[in-house]
Amino acid sequence: MTSKHPGRKQTPAQERTSAPEPIPEKALIMSGFGINSEMETKVVLARAGMGADIVHINDLIDGRFDLLDYRLLVFPGGFSYGDDTGAGNAYANRVRNNLWRDVEEFLTGDNLVLGICNGFQILANLGLVPAFDRQYKRDIALMPNRKGVLECRFVTLKPTADNLWTRGIEQLYCPVAHGEGNFFCSRDTLDRIRREKMIAFTYCREDLSSARGEYPWNPNGSLEDIAGITSSDGKVLGLMPHPERAMEFTSLYNWPLLREQMKRVGKPIPSGSMNMQLFQNIVAFFR
Amino acid sequence: MAASVHRIEVRYTRDPRLKTRTDRIRTLGFPIEELHLADVYTISTDARDFTQKELQQIGSQLMNPVVQECSVDEPTRIPFDHALEVGFLPGVTDNVGATARQTLEDFFSMKFGDGDSVYSSQLYFICGKLSEEDLIRLASTLANPLVNRVHRKTRQEYGTRGMDVIVPEVRLHELPVAEKVDLDIDDLELSRIGKEGISDPLSGQRRGPLALDLAQLHAIRDYFTKKGRKPTDIELEALAQTWSEHCKHTIFASAMDDDVPDGLYRTYIQAATNRIRKEKGEQDICVTVFTDNSGAIIFDDQYLVTHKVETHNSPSALDPFGGALTGIVGVNRDTIGFGLGAKPAINVYGFCVGDPDSDPALFRLKDRQNPVLSPRRILDGVIRGVGAGGNCSGIPTPQGFVYFDNRYSGKPLVFAGTVGIMPREHEGRKLFEKRAQAGDLIVMVGGRVGKDGIHGATFSSEALDPASPVTAVQIGDPITQKKFSDVIVKEARDPGFYRSITDNGAGGISCSVAEMAKECNGCRVTLDSVPLKYPGMAPWEIWISESQERMTLAVPPEHIAPLLELMQRREVEATVIGEFTDSGRCVVEYHGNVVMDIELAFLHDGLPKKHLKTIYTKKTFPEPAIPCPERLDSTLIAMLRRRNLCSKEFISIQYDHAVQGGHVLGPVQGKGRVQADSSLTKVVPGSKKGVGLSQGMFPSYSEIDPYLMAGAGIDTAIRGLVAIGIPLDSIAILDNFCWCSSDEPERLGQLKLAARGCYDTATAFGTPFISGKDSMYNDFSGFGADNNPMKISVPPTLLISSIGIHEDVAKAVSMDAKVDGDLVYVIGETAEELGGSEYFSHLGFTGNTVPGLDTAAMKERYGRMTEAIRHELVASAFPVTHGGLLIAIAKVAIAGRLGMDITIPAGMRPDHYLFSESLGRFVVTVGADNKRAFERALGKNAHLLGRVRGTSLRITQETTVLDLPVGELEAAYKAPFLRY
Repeated sequence: MTSKHPGRKQTPAQERTSAPEPIPEKALIMSGFGINSEMETKVVLARAGMGADIVHINDLIDGRFDLLDYRLLVFPGGFSYGDDTGAGNAYANRVRNNLWRDVEEFLTGDNLVLGICNGFQILANLGLVPAFDRQYKRDIALMPNRKGVLECRFVTLKPTADNLWTRGIEQLYCPVAHGEGNFFCSRDTLDRIRREKMIAFTYCREDLSSARGEYPWNPNGSLEDIAGITSSDGKVLGLMPHPERAMEFTSLYNWPLLREQMKRVGKPIPSGSMNMQLFQNIVAFFR
Repeated sequence: MAASVHRIEVRYTRDPRLKTRTDRIRTLGFPIEELHLADVYTISTDARDFTQKELQQIGSQLMNPVVQECSVDEPTRIPFDHALEVGFLPGVTDNVGATARQTLEDFFSMKFGDGDSVYSSQLYFICGKLSEEDLIRLASTLANPLVNRVHRKTRQEYGTRGMDVIVPEVRLHELPVAEKVDLDIDDLELSRIGKEGISDPLSGQRRGPLALDLAQLHAIRDYFTKKGRKPTDIELEALAQTWSEHCKHTIFASAMDDDVPDGLYRTYIQAATNRIRKEKGEQDICVTVFTDNSGAIIFDDQYLVTHKVETHNSPSALDPFGGALTGIVGVNRDTIGFGLGAKPAINVYGFCVGDPDSDPALFRLKDRQNPVLSPRRILDGVIRGVGAGGNCSGIPTPQGFVYFDNRYSGKPLVFAGTVGIMPREHEGRKLFEKRAQAGDLIVMVGGRVGKDGIHGATFSSEALDPASPVTAVQIGDPITQKKFSDVIVKEARDPGFYRSITDNGAGGISCSVAEMAKECNGCRVTLDSVPLKYPGMAPWEIWISESQERMTLAVPPEHIAPLLELMQRREVEATVIGEFTDSGRCVVEYHGNVVMDIELAFLHDGLPKKHLKTIYTKKTFPEPAIPCPERLDSTLIAMLRRRNLCSKEFISIQYDHAVQGGHVLGPVQGKGRVQADSSLTKVVPGSKKGVGLSQGMFPSYSEIDPYLMAGAGIDTAIRGLVAIGIPLDSIAILDNFCWCSSDEPERLGQLKLAARGCYDTATAFGTPFISGKDSMYNDFSGFGADNNPMKISVPPTLLISSIGIHEDVAKAVSMDAKVDGDLVYVIGETAEELGGSEYFSHLGFTGNTVPGLDTAAMKERYGRMTEAIRHELVASAFPVTHGGLLIAIAKVAIAGRLGMDITIPAGMRPDHYLFSESLGRFVVTVGADNKRAFERALGKNAHLLGRVRGTSLRITQETTVLDLPVGELEAAYKAPFLRY
């Protein structure tokens, strides 16, 4: 099971030499009720060149912040409501029951929405993905993992569509950490998300060949190895793994081995990781 | 019963967990075909009823229609043979029910009142022919009688009406007043009050142990005689809480023999830290030691890090899931309660349990009544508990261990620890200092108070006995805690809304308020203001309840309005329950009457002093007279499969160790995924520094030599950090003593030696203790299956946890062999030290020669290792610990999925050389180009053993000792827990 990249000249981690010029557009990162990855999400966006406010959902409901002041809405990872009544479900209910009009208006603008892990589960329950024909209903489910427990491990992802999110990405290598990430949908839905090239990332082996549903490469039993999909209009991305948790070279699972191998052949040791590209793509969209 | 009750059952139309769930139950020996599951919500309301249409809407909010369906007020219709519903007992925390209630409140824009609630339960549909006995056993596998209710029906009984609607409402009829207690009684009656509790005037039943001995009760009687009045029940209960072993640590505080007049803690633990800090002078890393909820050391110019490790043994014995969960969320509060509030950044865990394949059949009562949970159930439960706590709270859990020994079958040990991060200052205010002032309001923040956890502190101070109260168990609610943790640490701390903070752990507000009252010398509390989960609680219960997820704050009156407004916006309950004073007294009122009025001086220092006597007799054990096997191939395979040496990766990956984005060296490392002994985590974004954590624990050495046992723990905890590149001078340590039968002089004799070992080793290395905790009665007394009385005591156990700061994580070293052709070294000296070793245990022996400690040589060696790593000369490093050199070599090879050619020196028996547990050693691999530089750096400490080569591990002395493919080693290492 050695990590080979046949026919590829790839640096597994890329150096970002200087901090990019920040863009004026801002991101709103949701928090509250057990969401817990808001800080690292803010840090990664800042490194990519986008400022962000972390906003408690109650402060949005109270009108202290206005969603429409922002261009990117992020539902970060976490354990909102302790996964009670289904992961992401209770938080999605809170959004739908209190903020739906703002969210709908936000979606009509030239804005982006990103949901990672628990955020993806919230998007799925809100129907923001796949959102065929801008119909926001539940068409997919992120069911409990096949093994029935939360699992935290690094996975390899490859992009399966060329869109604003995946541009320039050869692979992502980052952790999953979820108990309910087992993607499922009906045959009709699957056909349509395939046809419309909405499957953004799939789980794969280290050599980027298909995981074919096999554990541990596909960590949760997801249909067609699906790790992330976009909305029908491409403006919304839901992704189970956590690229924001592995933004530095030293956060990669295998970095000590890579460092040693690079040192032996005299290659410079990078500081950033390939996972930054996803966030740089978001910033590029607004730039 | 409420006016209207409805029942919604949700089930997967396509259940992805069906196979795993079914397989799991089958491996436990139940002949089931399939096990289906439905989530049940019982909605009970007085305020309004819901129409069928509304109930359908509620149903669709509680499920995902893509894969689930629900039935409203109608039974789920699927084929099955037996239906079994597991819900909570009245008053037990029901997190799922609470979330469903909030969703309903949002959807209907209504607020649930006192009579309205949603209760969750799980309905199991069993397909298969099970006997009555099987079903009872299955029910006890799926449910815990201390927290769960079980309702069972056959297919016929289920019929077309389904399960019964059950509303587990709390109904209490107790008269909520404070009673006077007469202590002018004979000593026999007096000790009954201490042992079994105050007799309830209405029921005549005892209220549960106060754990006060006769001398303490006499001191209390004398105090109140002088006052000219009788104590109230709440006063007695409060004194029992404050004076408990759990809170006061009397055994560590009392004078011992003639040579330790100041007690073990002051003489050996605190004195070690004081001496080290003095010797280090300007280089002192300590910020706060022993005095606060956690200990703290310097992280960098701006930040400090805190660490605290707690035990939660007694509750985990009764309810492993709930006990471990409250253990970990409880120690998170020791972080939030440090200084003015540190942010929890890393969780650690440790479990000591019996052999999970054994079923010791122990009972707390005669005639096979009140069985002790099997080690397997305890292990499963505590693993899930720590996971739920850390995962739900968004705190990474990269570090921990499991240790197996059948002496933990009567009572498991559950360690839970948390590292916190906090700026040292904010706008000139030192955030690690706090002081309540007279006039500050006492604010209780977080969950409400119920009967759960009554007598938790006094109960853990007694050995587990038949009368253990069921209310001693609590279930935590990590999300309630996450809500107040966020608002306190991220929003309320920096504006200075409060002057002091502490957590409500053992003893509830009785301990937290009285503790903070020391800062200003007095407090006055009105119990009527304390928000309750349900009416009908007596004042003493409110005062000492250990309901979870609560903090106590001291808020200056001018800040109370903004604080309460902020808490309300975050949906965190915060209530003013009194004020701090300078009266020198702790005064509690209820219904307009003063029910407690005790001088703080007596409350905190009135405890009569003890003078403990110890005895120590050195034990000797038979030595094995077994010749060395000609080859060690099968021995190594057997050793790698030993529970204490093999992979428990299934635990590591259930715990999110990447959240907060600081993962550098995780719980498993290398291509071969081997569990490491230490972890490294970044806790400040943008900083090059990281926090390293490790631990050491050698209960198998305790009966042979408790002094060296303690030394081995400290050396191992330190060495784990040196191996990843952390210098000795930035390391601090924590002690957790888990002893047994601490009323026996022999056990105290072992304790004294272990404490002296702590002092000598810590001062020799210059690593200060910053925090510690002890748990002194880890014994089980009860009966075997045939009514024979049984006592099982844990082996004297000392866990040493270490924390250190890595200067530059990019230079950290992992454990896996990396490149074919690299050189393999053992650093440090190997002697024939196999007493208490895993190898001797494998042979069925204990032996007598535990590893010795040459701390001066080790300290010099560790300095050299640090330099070699700083100069990037080391490709991998791994400390040699349990199982000895060969186990360490095998793990390094497995982790790298690379073979090695090793030649070991002549002279010693190969098995003794390879399995000796001599301390102070590392296995290191080094690139061939760095040979000279590395050997110069390490000097005589470096012993070249061979090379990384091929795919097999080959060991030669004069002849081949061992030759095995690394793949086979990996399979053996991972086999024992493969199906967990």
